[in-house]
Amino acid sequence: MAERQDTLSPSRRGFLTGGLMGAAALAATGMAHAGESEEVITEIQDWNRYPGDGVDARPYGQPSQFEAHVVRKNVPWLTSDSISSVNFTPLHELDGIITPNGLCFERHHGGIAEIDPTAHRLMINGLVERPLVFTMADLKRFPRENRIYFLECAANSGMEWRGSQLNGCQFTHGMVHCVAYTGVRLKHLLEEAGVKTEGKWLLAEGADASAMTRSIPMEKALDDCMVAFAMNGEALRPEQGYPIRLVVPGWEGNMWIKWLRRLEVGDQPWEQREETSKYTDLLANGKARRFTWVMDVKSVITNPSPQAPVTHGKGPMVLSGLAWSGNGAISRVDVSVDGGRNWHTARIDGPSLPMALHRFYHEFDWDGSELFLQSRAIDDKGFVQPTKEQLRAVRGPNSIYHNNGIQTWHVGTDGVIENVEIS
Amino acid sequence: MSRFLKLGFAASLLLGTAAAAIGGQAAAEAPAGGKLGIGRLATPEEVAAWDIDVRPDGQGLPEGRGTAAEGMAVYDENCASCHGDFGEAIDRWPVLAGGQGTLEDERPEKTIGSYWPYLSTVYDYVRRAMPFGNARSLSDDDVYALTAYLLYLNDIVDDEDFELSKENFTSIKLPNVDNFIDDDRESEPHYADKSEPCMSDCKPGKAEITMHAAVLDVTPENADDKDAPQGGID
Repeated sequence: MAERQDTLSPSRRGFLTGGLMGAAALAATGMAHAGESEEVITEIQDWNRYPGDGVDARPYGQPSQFEAHVVRKNVPWLTSDSISSVNFTPLHELDGIITPNGLCFERHHGGIAEIDPTAHRLMINGLVERPLVFTMADLKRFPRENRIYFLECAANSGMEWRGSQLNGCQFTHGMVHCVAYTGVRLKHLLEEAGVKTEGKWLLAEGADASAMTRSIPMEKALDDCMVAFAMNGEALRPEQGYPIRLVVPGWEGNMWIKWLRRLEVGDQPWEQREETSKYTDLLANGKARRFTWVMDVKSVITNPSPQAPVTHGKGPMVLSGLAWSGNGAISRVDVSVDGGRNWHTARIDGPSLPMALHRFYHEFDWDGSELFLQSRAIDDKGFVQPTKEQLRAVRGPNSIYHNNGIQTWHVGTDGVIENVEIS
Repeated sequence: MSRFLKLGFAASLLLGTAAAAIGGQAAAEAPAGGKLGIGRLATPEEVAAWDIDVRPDGQGLPEGRGTAAEGMAVYDENCASCHGDFGEAIDRWPVLAGGQGTLEDERPEKTIGSYWPYLSTVYDYVRRAMPFGNARSLSDDDVYALTAYLLYLNDIVDDEDFELSKENFTSIKLPNVDNFIDDDRESEPHYADKSEPCMSDCKPGKAEITMHAAVLDVTPENADDKDAPQGGID
């Protein structure tokens, strides 16, 4: 057995390392030489002859090694240090509306806190009848709910305010993810502590080295916020706040405090660093908007896109993308292939849930000429995704946050795609 | 069946013992008394250990004091390696001082003096999260002194003997406080206009490229780090 593995491994390794090249060659064979036989069919392949790994080899399953390029990526020049930084979800490699746990973008300010859940506590204090401490076991005795929500960083697309910068939707739009959360309603925890009538605000605090804090109005806290301990059916990932995080549906990701350890009830906002010096939107006149919590209606074409060029030549093409709104559900997505001159209503496929990602498709016949791809989302409150020009006209180029402008991808006649701005 | 029950009972006894051990003395205190009776009362010492937030009205400020001159020593030892000798910052670490009058510029510089609305935010943030890599290591007096020094670096106080304390803290106003407005995005023309968006012949002529991302070439794996552009996610 061992001997046979040894004899096999070189050729197998050779194939694996040549994976990408191999795939390209196969695609070329398939396209260019109709009528010729392919060796992947006529030759018996290793995986068709020799058994693979047994059930003990992968106790926690991982994606195929041919998917090793599907990873989160950092943009090193953005920040001084990867400990207080961000990486981006590879949206162009994903489909449907659910983001796999290991690919949800990360943004943290003091690195990933690694917390033993038996040593984790959630405290509620401030203007309450009873300041309380909950263990993880306590939290799981409250009624549970499952909800699918997107989480978008307010700075998603923030690098594009001055014009096209980054070639790939991973970098222009990858600070968004969407998972199914399991947890308890914040309302139930606050009721247990008994919020006093003058308690109009809530301060949420993390247990990480940045002790991240945000003020949240009580109305939102009691409406739909959750304290989540699971994502997509399993415990939260450490980088997403294990053992618990706050879920603030439709609102900017910075408020979804990870490693949540404390909730304080107060009668006014705390004006913390992340709601004054950051996450306020500077306008051209020098004024700055504060408490801009809702994430606006937005969409992006994920395929094709700069990291996922068109390789099949002219003929049938599938455009695919994501749309979302912090105001509710997406009612419609339009796409344009001529830079916004003419629009076609795309097909939304899969669940359409409020404050969740929506997946859209548009199938058409490409004649091989250059294209200017755009998508425009409309939510069920009637908000229409604006153009970047419209946003800049009102806000100037220095807002950093809340850039939900329509994205343009230029498709060359060779299928290569670039992030552009157009007339 | 009976055997299962016995096992279950034994297990719950064990779990109960473990829970009591983890909860310690606090768990033995009076039940919380909420609707469901889940959780336990927080002790005053526990609340004091975690509740260190400070508000603009001074709620949460601890006893203490420190001068700008004292703050300079704390700053040089703990802060200057990232924020620079005068708050001007090294690499992409945050700039802390200067920038007054730049908010309407092409490249605004948002610092404590030019942008931050409240001094309490400085005290709160430094005490909870700084110095980076060694949070919660400064004394309350150190944080008062540092905050005083940051006022000095921003020309908000001009006397290095200026002493900041719990008593005079709320008398200090930051210059940009009145330039913050509430969220009025819904009044922007593109949102206020709820008419059906155009579907055909919406713009004249063929689209022309006005800007290429490839010109900047700052996408990871292509980018030359030396030419990295200014700006970022803040």
